[in-house]
Amino acid sequence: MSLDGKVPQGPLADKWSKHKFNLKLVNPANKRKYEIIVVGTGLAGASAAASLAELGYNVKAFCFQDSPRRAHSIAAQGGINAAKNYQNDGDSVFRLFYDTIKGGDYRAREGNVYRLAEVSVNIIDQCVAQGVPFAREYGGLLDNRSFGGSQVSRTFYARGQTGQQLLLGAYSALNRQIHAGKVKMYTRHEMLDVVVVDGQAKGIVTRNMITGSIDTHAGHAVLLCTGGYGNVFYLSTNAIGSNVTAAWRAHKRGAYFANPCYTQIHPTCIPVTGDHQSKLTLMSESLRNDGRVWAPKTVEIAEKLQKKQITAAQVAEEDRDYFLERKYPAFGNLVPRDVASRNAKEMADEGRGVGASGLAVYLDFADAIKRLGEDTVKAKYGNLFDMYIQITDENPYKEPMRIYPAVHYTMGGLWVDYNLQTSVPGLFALGECNFSDHGANRLGASALMQGLSDGYFVIPYTLGDYLAKIGPAKVDTNHPAFAQTKQDVIDHVNRLISLKGTKTTNEYHRELGHIMWEYCGMARTEEGLKKAKEMIQALKADFWKNAIIVGKNEEVNASLERGGRVADFIELGELMVDDALMRRESCGGHFRVESQTEDGEALRDDENFAFVAAWEFMGENQPEKLNKEELVFEAVHLSQRNYA
Amino acid sequence: MSGNMKLTLKVWRQKDAQSAGKMVTYPAENISPDMSFLEMLDVVNEGLIHKGEEPIHFDHDCREGICGMCSLYINGRPHGPKRAITTCQLHMRSFKDGETITIEPWRAAAFPVIKDLAVDRSAFDRIQQAGGYISVNTGGVPDANSTPIPKVIADEAFNSATCIGCGACVAACKNASAMLFVSAKITQLGLLPQGQPERYRRAQSMVAQMDEEGFGSCTNTGACEAECPKEISLTNISRMNNDYLSAKLFREEEVHHTGE
Repeated sequence: MSLDGKVPQGPLADKWSKHKFNLKLVNPANKRKYEIIVVGTGLAGASAAASLAELGYNVKAFCFQDSPRRAHSIAAQGGINAAKNYQNDGDSVFRLFYDTIKGGDYRAREGNVYRLAEVSVNIIDQCVAQGVPFAREYGGLLDNRSFGGSQVSRTFYARGQTGQQLLLGAYSALNRQIHAGKVKMYTRHEMLDVVVVDGQAKGIVTRNMITGSIDTHAGHAVLLCTGGYGNVFYLSTNAIGSNVTAAWRAHKRGAYFANPCYTQIHPTCIPVTGDHQSKLTLMSESLRNDGRVWAPKTVEIAEKLQKKQITAAQVAEEDRDYFLERKYPAFGNLVPRDVASRNAKEMADEGRGVGASGLAVYLDFADAIKRLGEDTVKAKYGNLFDMYIQITDENPYKEPMRIYPAVHYTMGGLWVDYNLQTSVPGLFALGECNFSDHGANRLGASALMQGLSDGYFVIPYTLGDYLAKIGPAKVDTNHPAFAQTKQDVIDHVNRLISLKGTKTTNEYHRELGHIMWEYCGMARTEEGLKKAKEMIQALKADFWKNAIIVGKNEEVNASLERGGRVADFIELGELMVDDALMRRESCGGHFRVESQTEDGEALRDDENFAFVAAWEFMGENQPEKLNKEELVFEAVHLSQRNYA
Repeated sequence: MSGNMKLTLKVWRQKDAQSAGKMVTYPAENISPDMSFLEMLDVVNEGLIHKGEEPIHFDHDCREGICGMCSLYINGRPHGPKRAITTCQLHMRSFKDGETITIEPWRAAAFPVIKDLAVDRSAFDRIQQAGGYISVNTGGVPDANSTPIPKVIADEAFNSATCIGCGACVAACKNASAMLFVSAKITQLGLLPQGQPERYRRAQSMVAQMDEEGFGSCTNTGACEAECPKEISLTNISRMNNDYLSAKLFREEEVHHTGE
């Protein structure tokens, strides 16, 4: 089946304004007759809940954390892009659009990306008005820096804590509406299902994580703002709690899952040290503005470094390979994430990696410290350096940091049209939870942009159109679909609780992660993917026989929470492998070994794969059905990405 | 990687808010010095689950020192023995092999225990809801550069804005005062031009809610500042007191109504 993304006709620059005018409005007096459910309160969810409540809708917001302020958006470090052109360096809405389409390896939808670039300028204004303390110049105006994948300085930042400051801004807007009584906030609640009535989303089922109470909530529309699914890899830069459960259960109720195999591997993470490790920590991409990436030129020197027979400082200049600067002179260390990641992996594969495991390259600040002085470097990156010291017990002011790629962000997610509506009417997906704006690879400083764009500036318009069309009459929780869905959830929970095997769900999760990283990570082959599929199916069968869950539902039970999430990750893992297997081309961070240029760069196949893969759930243990949305490029010409 | 440390943990176990709690002793073996404190607890919990016992419950999420979710009173100090870090950033190399470690939840009446080491910090949210914001709707705001803010002011506001709301300040205080937390937000917004219109009203509303939640008074002991993982300074409290007093003395009419 061919899917319609519902991108408006007409010139790119007019699409959104024209569309906004064509969308139906709900008059102010009627808005209070509608109830909206928002799941997740990170950048997308908090901004959406606050904006909709400001408009006059009644909002019920849910998060699994103890406070909306803990959402994982808070951990984003580097910055947020906006085409303000404050630096007078040639930036424009079109250039931000163009960079994003190209950075995503031409696998994103033009209309959405242009809109993202267009509203980016409003986002900065909004956040400043809320009191977000962005970095400033001495003259009092906003400061900018550059980020991977772009040649202009368009990134606004708040030291290395941009995500925190933006989230606290959205959280404060949300708090204002909670105080005003327009948002009812449910913390420590986990969404476990969507209620669909006559093909439309009308509510959700949640578990109260303190009491275990399983409840239904009705609304005129449901917004999923639940983030990404990178934790399918077990080790990732995501918070431990980040999970796919809400999105996955929605998928099983009819929402298509798009491009699940598109995972971003971030090049600048602190390398793994041992099996005990529960997560990986990202070092902001902004470090590559001043840090130089290198590996030793020979395997012999690399081995000496691995065994600590010599230090990095003892490696002579001519024995260092600044491989990004060498191969990509125009972008140097600021090439996009997929390019930087793949090159680091190549170094390790050639035996030129450093650190005890050999799975790392250097990010060296010696030149920057010489050029700018230690104080300036400290002022720019001090908190990141402190964090690195804390985790590794090594001092990056004295010796280079060790970095290695790690799973960071997922570009796949629930399929949505231009209005951010999924294939289930009334069910919307915002931010990282949807698939729409980043194509096959996300550029730096664009995740925060998308979360806030969707929440502050897109959904307030597009949701109104849907609501105006369905009218204010409400389906309430007495409808039999609510009781049925609730019973399904209770059955699932009971099935988990009854598992009294011998393996912890954490052990299953770690095993899944190994399979995913090995066969569906930075480089994939047909053979490996087929093997992975079998392994995941076996893992799933074993999980439902041999897993152990302790405690009961009617209490705080982390073992149960985790069990449910791991079960969903296993199912998603299989779909990711199917998707990767189907996509016989390399694009963005998705590198199919069978599809590469003579120089070993990713080789797209536009003739056969310029589409969004939207998978449709067909029942338990049934193969999923592939629906395609053809990607049409009117404003940019498809070309081989080249950062040299 | 050597996982050779052996420790003894004394852990507060409490079934739920209603039940009485007690200290329980657990061995922690095969601990690597490179593990974070929470990863060490993960290892202990895996062992407990294998035995069919309930794992030790603790709050945690981002594990990179920024979400503010992790807590833990370790050997009598919030977030453990090291300065300016959260528990997730504390590594086992900070302890000695063979050591006995005492682990308790935050202790404050306004933070009731939920289970074991996790406490309810929703009082913090309610204080923020009472006025910790600038009242501005989405869209239709002025261009960001039309409000210049001197770098020193922006930096100062930023320093206050780095508060992660973990509650260590309350836990460290003998009176369980929340003044450092509340003052950080009041200072951040009170320093910025955008925050001026509601500055005095904000101070009054937030302080009133703080009192209602049952936090104690500040006696300027400074334990909060000493234990704050983000090194929020006591200066914030001075600023808050200043705004609060100004509001009380001169601007009563602007602030008497806090509800909407």
